[in-house]
Amino acid sequence: MSWDWHYSGEILPDLLSGLRYTVVATLAGYVIAIVLGLVWTLLRRTPSRVFNQAIRWMTEFIRSTPLIPQLYFVFFVLPAWGITIGSLTAGILTLGIHYSTYTAEVYRAGIADVPKGQWEACTALNLPKSRVWLDVILPQAIRRVIPTLGNYLIAMFKDSPMLLAINVAELLFSAYQVGSKSLQFLEPITMVGLLFVVVSVISSILVRRLERRYATT
Amino acid sequence: MSDVLDGYPQWLDGAWVTVRLTLLGGALALVLALLFGMAGTSRHPWVRLLNRVYVEFFRGNATLVLLFWFFYALPLVGLRFSTMFAAVLALGLNVGAYGAEVVRGSINAVPRAQYEATIALNFTPFQRMRRVLLPQAFALMLPPFGNLLIELMKGTAIVSLVGLVDLTRVSKNIQGSTGETVAAFSVVLVLYFVIAQVLQLFVRYAERRVDRMLGRRLPAEPSLGTIAAGAPGAGVAGR
Repeated sequence: MSWDWHYSGEILPDLLSGLRYTVVATLAGYVIAIVLGLVWTLLRRTPSRVFNQAIRWMTEFIRSTPLIPQLYFVFFVLPAWGITIGSLTAGILTLGIHYSTYTAEVYRAGIADVPKGQWEACTALNLPKSRVWLDVILPQAIRRVIPTLGNYLIAMFKDSPMLLAINVAELLFSAYQVGSKSLQFLEPITMVGLLFVVVSVISSILVRRLERRYATT
Repeated sequence: MSDVLDGYPQWLDGAWVTVRLTLLGGALALVLALLFGMAGTSRHPWVRLLNRVYVEFFRGNATLVLLFWFFYALPLVGLRFSTMFAAVLALGLNVGAYGAEVVRGSINAVPRAQYEATIALNFTPFQRMRRVLLPQAFALMLPPFGNLLIELMKGTAIVSLVGLVDLTRVSKNIQGSTGETVAAFSVVLVLYFVIAQVLQLFVRYAERRVDRMLGRRLPAEPSLGTIAAGAPGAGVAGR
């Protein structure tokens, strides 16, 4: 069997409509991930040791278990508790929460990377806690982690096909459906693969540019 | 709950498939990472190009897309693999590409003077790599490799979507047969967590050994550089 150009042109609109779900899921999930990640990091710095360790193990648990069973958990267990959500919402939530445990680690390392002298200067100036965080530590920490956070956007984009496990009509899912209708899988799946490579290569060039722009050393 | 736990032979079989995929995929990824990573430090531009093409293609792709490609698309052009082989191939090629970047970055991070010393001592390129550069780069590689191994283990869950009966698939089957949704999906998450923690113990042990060999001390928590290098995202050129 060889490549069928006519067929690839025909299925392109189907793939593009799938791409829309992929992009929506990735971006919405990313917003959750970068906000919730910072929340985890700050919660881990509260004075209560027990609470900190609880947060630490919870994020460790979410981080070291795979996305697909987590998707099943959110999608099938929440309805059992009386909360019904659509598959796209479940996918966005799971993707966002899953990656928030990664970004939490990134923020933590970014905060640890802020020179100790900055903390000491805050103490010397007797700054209130809110100003220490909002005006001194976080601006410096976040600047350091921007390129790494960019990497996680790409990573989430590449993990978004897993949402097909709960029947979100994203890119790979629509490719698979188109393929199973005509039993020609070669063209749709190859096109999806190429699309992923193109998007990833372009975005990794952008991330490298971010790295140069926000370089601290 | 007890219905779910009564299915323990199924859980064990599923766990065995997951562990086997992790080990086989990890072995393939390690070989590819070392091979293509060293290619990335070569003096010859076309060998480096080989590294770029491999890394950008397989790191840029989602593992699930690769797996579907091996499983659904390639048989149509006459390349037929067993499901297990296709899965190991997809996982190994993908994680190997991340690993290749780690290897390349770590070798480049070995102080320049070490490289110059091997030239002064008239080492062959093989001796230089084997005796001087790799042993030092290895200590830098281990923490990101540990992250990648966990990522690989998590990645194995995708095989449930092409019909292999791994832990994820078992949880779905048991949920279907017992109807105990909460218990089935809780158990599977806990099992994955246990596997991840055990893998982490091995990695920590290896890190301590290598660091002792080189007389270094391990930082208590991973630095930003380590996290960036082991990140499943793209564009993690080693500094």
